[in-house]
This record gives sequence, C-alpha cells and structure tokens, in this order.
Amino acid sequence: MQARVSIRFKDGVLDPEAAAIEGALRGLGFDGVRGVRRVRVIELDLDTNEPEAAWASVERMCERLLANPVIEDASVEILKEG
Amino acid sequence: MRACVVTFPGSNCDRDLAVAFERVLGVRVDRVWHKRTRLDRYDLIGIPGGFSYGDHLRPGAIAARSPVMQEVVRQANDGALVLGPCNGFQILTEAGLLPGALIRNRGLAFVCRRVDLVVEGTDSPYTRGLERGRTLRLPIAHHDGGYVVDDEGLRRLEGEGRIALRYKDNPNGSTADIAGVLGGPRNNVLGLMPHPERAIEPLLGGVDGRALLAPLLAA
Repeated sequence: MQARVSIRFKDGVLDPEAAAIEGALRGLGFDGVRGVRRVRVIELDLDTNEPEAAWASVERMCERLLANPVIEDASVEILKEG
Repeated sequence: MRACVVTFPGSNCDRDLAVAFERVLGVRVDRVWHKRTRLDRYDLIGIPGGFSYGDHLRPGAIAARSPVMQEVVRQANDGALVLGPCNGFQILTEAGLLPGALIRNRGLAFVCRRVDLVVEGTDSPYTRGLERGRTLRLPIAHHDGGYVVDDEGLRRLEGEGRIALRYKDNPNGSTADIAGVLGGPRNNVLGLMPHPERAIEPLLGGVDGRALLAPLLAA
C-alpha cells in the first residue's frame, strides 16, 4: 500500500521561495496569478494493506518527523495498492 | 565545569565550538558522536553549526531525532547549559527545546558577513552582566536563518525576556529581528543564528563572541 504526504506552510508563514516563483511568473507576463504555494510531497511504500492502519501509522510519522507542526501542515492520502 | 560538543554527520563548526569553550572557559571539552544514547552529566553542551544530514527534509530535522538528542533534552530540562549556534539553533528548535522554527532567508541568498546585534534579554547565564542594548558584532553564515514564531509565541518570548539578541539590520527576514532565543528552566538554553565561536580571536576579525561565553564561568 502507498501513502502520499503533502506538506505545506501554515497560513501566515511567508514562504520566500513561493514569493520568488510568483514574482518570476509576473515577470513572464502571467498577470492572472493571485497566489503561489509550494507543497512538498513524500510518497511512502508501506507493508500493510489495511488503509486505516496505514493512515494511523503515517499520521504518527508526520508528527514525529515528516512535518514541523510549528510552521507546517501535513495531509495524508492513502493510495490504492501500488 | 564539564563540557562537550556533539558532532552530527555534516557538522562543520564542532571543532570551532570546542576550541572556543577551551580558550574562553579554560575547560577540557569532550567530543561526542551523535549516536550515543547515554551521556555523562555535563554542565555545558555545544550543538554546533554546519549542515547536519545535508539539511535534508528541514535544516536540523534529522539531527534533532538523533539518539543523543534525547539525552541533551533531558539534561537541558535539568538545567545544563546548551548552546546552539546556526545549525545548532535549527536543531534545538526542531528538538522542541526552543520555540519557533527557521526557514529560508527572506532574500533567498546565503548570507555570509558580520552583523551587529543588540543584547536584549540579560537574565540568562550567557548574557548576565552584559548591558541591555549593548551591540555585539558577530559573523553569520546561513541560508535558512529566517526565524518564524506565531504572535502568541512572540508575545510569550517578549514577556518572559527570552529574546537574547536582535539584529540591528535584519539580514534574513526573521520575525521581530530575532537573532537568538533563550529557553530551558533557567534560560540555560541559547540558540542563535550568529556564530560566537567564530569571534574569539582578533586574528579572526573580532572577539565579541567571548562576551556570550565568558559569563558561563560564573554560571
């Protein structure tokens, strides 16, 4: 079973890299962009085939290591058998 | 005084920090590899600068989960002095010993120069005896020095006098110009982006780093 963790800055944390991307898009003439957010994705291959066990396990991984709760939010998706 | 400096894979200021402790405090410094699960009781523990684990995931994130850090956290909560410059500051925030987090510099570039810092919180073993408002000139060298803390955390830091140092001219976008933060039960933990250990000899361009280390002799 596979899991996908998406990690992004919490609202209110100004991400200078996202701001640079937004500025570069404007420089290319893409005026219609109102916001840019960078999201880091980590995909995991897991031993278990039970979605609930997988979800609980990955949530713990997020709390312990994958995300920093001070500045980041993580969301977990359990993917179909990969 | 018993002192040690922890080395992680990718640390590169560990020897500088050990030499600074030796020269300024006249102590012998044990060098400790991060895999250690048990640590003798130390009065002073250095968490050095560098790029532990290549800054993978987040700067300091993986080092903060090293076996030795559980011991460091325990001793810090027990009152041991823990000093973390640069990557050490990132590791201490990731380990939860200090509030907030450090992200990419606002200007996106690696910043390497000397900066002026204003001493603020003087109720700590590092800053005791320093005059509030005194300027210290220390080198910085980092890519991820933007200190982030939420409004409530900032109010708490300010209310408790736990902002040790602020930048005179903010080089990295840190919230409220914060350069160094105190923590622990008696403000015995200091994390800061500048490098006091690189400013202890006139030959190296300054001695203001001694001002933050010398007071530890009385701690």
